[in-house]
Amino acid sequence: MNISLTVEQEQIIQDVRAFVEEEVRPFATHFEEQQALPKDLIQKMAARGYLGATFPKKYGGLELDPITYGLFTEEIGKGDSNTRGLITVHVSLAGECILKWGTREQVEYWIPQMVQGKKIGAFALTEPDVGTDAKSVQTTYVKDGSNYIINGRKKWISFGDIADFFVLIASNEGKVTAFIVERERKGLNTSPIPGLLAGKASHIAEIELNNVVVPEANILGRLGAGFTYVVNTALDHGRYSIAWSGVSLAQAALEAMVSYSRQRSQFGKKLRTYQFIQGMIADAVTKTHAARSLCLRAGELRKNGDPEAIIETSLAKYYASKIAMDITIDAVQVHGGNGCYNKYPVERYFREAKILEIIEGTSQVQQEIIAGYGIKKYYTRRES
Amino acid sequence: MELKGKIRNFIEENMTIYDDEAVFADDDNIFELGFVDSMFALKLVTFIEREFAIQVANDDLVLDNFSTVDNITNFINSKVA
Repeated sequence: MNISLTVEQEQIIQDVRAFVEEEVRPFATHFEEQQALPKDLIQKMAARGYLGATFPKKYGGLELDPITYGLFTEEIGKGDSNTRGLITVHVSLAGECILKWGTREQVEYWIPQMVQGKKIGAFALTEPDVGTDAKSVQTTYVKDGSNYIINGRKKWISFGDIADFFVLIASNEGKVTAFIVERERKGLNTSPIPGLLAGKASHIAEIELNNVVVPEANILGRLGAGFTYVVNTALDHGRYSIAWSGVSLAQAALEAMVSYSRQRSQFGKKLRTYQFIQGMIADAVTKTHAARSLCLRAGELRKNGDPEAIIETSLAKYYASKIAMDITIDAVQVHGGNGCYNKYPVERYFREAKILEIIEGTSQVQQEIIAGYGIKKYYTRRES
Repeated sequence: MELKGKIRNFIEENMTIYDDEAVFADDDNIFELGFVDSMFALKLVTFIEREFAIQVANDDLVLDNFSTVDNITNFINSKVA
């Protein structure tokens, strides 16, 4: 596929690449050790417009089209998954939902502040007992005059511990609704979740909501339209971001694997000369190129507003997260003992890749969706 | 192709049931019949926006707008009018 970027788009990609090399990649392990992204990093990203990567220029965003946004995500993800996670959550999940389904007042209030990094957004869907079956959220809302009272718990909320507001999903007798809930609302408390496999600097938190009162004006979308429209919009954008994140980890692991195989010798020969090592490199190259092609196709369809973009995004997310896992496993294998040590980044890539197969719809859910699409699309009514 | 025909074609191509004999009337609620899923709803929005060059926004998120062929037709007609 021909990727023709404008001079401006090309410049943005070069800028983000330089930014990641200077401010992100060298500190990725440090971020994990500190279990936090530094505030000044977030502000530096805001100053460059990265926190409004896809948002319209009239609100201060960079207004990146889907393909440029994908390449942008790849650059950040190659440096650090936690930093990329901030973009996924803040821009793709919370921001895109508000842009698409927010009232004019909501868009004009939140989006400029999100661009400037004055307000960090998070997406609060998952609960202690509700993951993939997202329509069954147990957090409740009830109407009280012109307000709504929300009660419940959310879990595994990325950037939940530092977010200034949440796009939060609650239910009333099966009527699922999205609300914008500000951190300062009385009765809302967050607590960080320690002991994670990955996403250690993603401020992943649990949220408790005890009689949190929000005004009617904080409904995002319409009452009862929270799952069908808001959640699906968020997850569709989130999947696109995660698909590119898979490419970024695959590419980073491939580069590490190749570089190590050219530098390390065993039995008097460079690792790259061994056929079994070459087999892993060949598979990694092929899979990375294939995943990037799927992402670019999804991006092109998204750019054109094509309805097929939704299923192609699922395909890209499913495949890119799967091959990111495959390639990071092989990258650790090529590194041997060193690959199990956090002085080598493949150890981190390996852990981060696993997360991509779970978030924004597990691989198994993607398989169901893709199978349904295939069973419909590739059915021929021949007699034999 | 007339508007209703385009909508019906789109629904038939994207139904999430696989029964060759499945039929629905223009006033049947395709969600209640289980002929489509929630992802279809988002796909339908994208289809409407692209095909008819209209924006589906916050105010339009009345579930009935998208529940039957007749309602979708009426919704599009009201937006392009």
